[in-house]
Amino acid sequence: MIAVDHLNVTFRSGDREVRAVQDVSFEVAAGESFGIVGESGSGKSTVLRAIAGLVPSTAARLEVNGRPASARRTREDRRMLQFVFQDPYASLHPRQTVDDILREPLAIHRIPGIDGKVVKAIADVGLLPAHRFRYPHQLSGGQRQRVAIARALILSPPILLLDEPTSALDVSVQAEILNLIGKLRQGYSLTSILVSHDLAVVAHLCSRIAIMQFGRLVEVITAEDLRTGQVTADYTRELIAASRGFTRAGA
Amino acid sequence: MSEPLLIVEDLNVTFPGRSGVTRAVRNASFTLGRERLGIVGESGSGKSTTGRALLGLVPPPGIVTARTMTYEGKNLLTNTERDWQALRGRRLSMVMQDPKFSLNPVRTVGQQIGETARLHLRTSRADARKRTLAMLEAVQIRDPELVFGLYPHQLSGGMGQRVMIAMMLIAEPDLLIADEPTSALDVTVQNEVLRILDDLVRERGMGLIFISHNLTVVSSFCDRVLIMYGGRIVEECAARDLHNARHPYTRALVAATPSLDVPRAELATVTRDPAWLQ
Amino acid sequence: MTTETLGQWLMSEAPLSRRQAILGNVYRSLRAIVRNPTALAGLVIVALLILMAIFAPWLSLGQSPLDQDLAGRLAAPSAQHWFGTDELGRDIMARTIFGARVTLTIVLLVAVVVVPIGLAVGTVAGYTGGWLDAALMRITDVFLAFPRLVLALAFAAALGPGINNAVIAISLTAWPPYARIARSETLAIARSDFIQAAVLQGASTWRILFRHIVPLCLSSVIVRLTLDMAGIILTAAGLGFLGLGAQPPTAEWGAMVSSGRDVILDQWWVATIPGVAIFVVSLGFNLLGDGLRDVFDPKSNA
Repeated sequence: MIAVDHLNVTFRSGDREVRAVQDVSFEVAAGESFGIVGESGSGKSTVLRAIAGLVPSTAARLEVNGRPASARRTREDRRMLQFVFQDPYASLHPRQTVDDILREPLAIHRIPGIDGKVVKAIADVGLLPAHRFRYPHQLSGGQRQRVAIARALILSPPILLLDEPTSALDVSVQAEILNLIGKLRQGYSLTSILVSHDLAVVAHLCSRIAIMQFGRLVEVITAEDLRTGQVTADYTRELIAASRGFTRAGA
Repeated sequence: MSEPLLIVEDLNVTFPGRSGVTRAVRNASFTLGRERLGIVGESGSGKSTTGRALLGLVPPPGIVTARTMTYEGKNLLTNTERDWQALRGRRLSMVMQDPKFSLNPVRTVGQQIGETARLHLRTSRADARKRTLAMLEAVQIRDPELVFGLYPHQLSGGMGQRVMIAMMLIAEPDLLIADEPTSALDVTVQNEVLRILDDLVRERGMGLIFISHNLTVVSSFCDRVLIMYGGRIVEECAARDLHNARHPYTRALVAATPSLDVPRAELATVTRDPAWLQ
Repeated sequence: MTTETLGQWLMSEAPLSRRQAILGNVYRSLRAIVRNPTALAGLVIVALLILMAIFAPWLSLGQSPLDQDLAGRLAAPSAQHWFGTDELGRDIMARTIFGARVTLTIVLLVAVVVVPIGLAVGTVAGYTGGWLDAALMRITDVFLAFPRLVLALAFAAALGPGINNAVIAISLTAWPPYARIARSETLAIARSDFIQAAVLQGASTWRILFRHIVPLCLSSVIVRLTLDMAGIILTAAGLGFLGLGAQPPTAEWGAMVSSGRDVILDQWWVATIPGVAIFVVSLGFNLLGDGLRDVFDPKSNA
């Protein structure tokens, strides 16, 4: 479904060059839930954006939905792949109601039955009809993230990319959103890539997980291996140990 | 552990606003000895406001009232701004979340830490410099001389937090309040900073209040934990007893946190009972 | 059916229809404007100007702005002519009131021309970047470099006198700041997630500019426009003063001040009354603009 082969992303400003992603390769099968974990500067979000075509990249092969993905995506290409951003406070247009936000993708792609689809999308993500005409500032962070997810799914794309979707949310809200994502993955038969710095979140939702550090892919392991600690790279071990919390001296 | 450093009884912080009064902290009571107390809560729980009330840093129009709020026997409720200035940094200190926002961007690390030292310890410039370098070493910065001359924007996140800790501990306070000190850091760096805090707090016999939304970190780092919800303290227990917590909110919070060790098909969500706000 | 007052319906935090959401928004903005004393004062003055222009024939109590009475020229204010008469015996009050129409026409026409041009140039430049941005901004700079009145004069002189030409002349000099404002607002939001989300949905550049970016530039542009009105009025008056702009016998405040120049010491009312009108209206727009800036500034809305 998604194939990435020797992906490189380099940002240039003036004469400074930052190699955000170096030589990353992995594949995601149809219907699979893939995770990418790393700390800041690991390049995990950049990989996602490169797949979405939001940042320029070079690769030996970059296939989305089985077809090579070009640098310039057409409107049809856009229907194949959707994105959920990290910051619920920045991903919705402040002057548009939920209704406006959800109509837009349907209007752009000239899909009929807009009203019905909007109502269904709102219900699917666990919002109430009363939320339909609210502005983002009248919604909580969790509610906004639900709108962002509804917007991503209203076109029924086969592929969903999620960039730290719950990092900005409280623990209880995070649980609701993670459950929602899990449920929707089934309902919409999605192939998804979830990026997070939180190992537990990724292990909860994903079956295979890529570990990244400093722009490189360290290894790809299954969630099972992660839980049992059967990993090959030292960095992964370090990450797992750190995620368990603090160990006191002498404890 | 002798008598408590800090005694708080019925702390209330209210913010009058156009649409009514917001009670950010309601009837919070707790004590702190030379131990580590964690305060855990989600956004809006009042945990940060509590921390700020202890330092007299609640911004207007906030009103702080309490039956008792004493630190080392001194009544904090009657403090004037001058009294607070004498206490802050010297007896009580606060480390905040993001060093980007708490360090002065146009002064070097050495200047800022040195200023704190000179202000509170009333020493000479040369002595302040010596103490600053010693402090930087204590927070395990490998090249203190180099970092002394750096500006905040030249520091990485973890190093910035260490500088922050150095600055807040140089005047040797007995109580440190840390408000989300590691939330902006990567998880591997987080544990390094926590280790430094751990060593310093133990060596100096300080009291520490650790405010965070991260249950995992708090339960592994602190001795006792307070759980806050809607401005109230709903639970108080030893950190290792969190899994046997009594209040439904605490149990729900623990169940809602995804864990590497306990795979779950679905995370438990928190059904908020309005009774918890009574 | 719940008995909800209109006010509650508008202020509801859970609107049930698009109409309620939009009306609610408008209502909230109006309330905020009315609560701000500066904005309210400005709004009152501007409203009076508009009413004066609409109801001119009635307000001037039957006096015509054009009827000459050479025998009664330069008459002092009296019961018959509240503000006296000018050098051709025309009632100054009537001319001042009718002059509001000319002023308002010029101001509205300039606004209608300048705002779309400024928004178009600014948003395209800010969003596209690269050589197009550079080219558009250099053109903007060229127009900005000229002192406004001098350039307006040059255009008016080249195009010939008359209100329409005055409007064109003023518009050509007034649009650059709007392009600048629109561009800087666009730059601030062009990289934000909600714009990227629109790109990801396949929205065309046109759609993004028109439906996403322009609405967010509007409040800054409106504030700037209102504050600019005073300057536009003064430029128009300046053109009128110099004989460009509205031509005799049309009553226009600037031309009236000009014709009263020679007699200003003895028959002060001829130049002063229209001068006061210019002053009050400029002040009104300035106050409104200041007030609107406070109302729209997100930081001051605690």
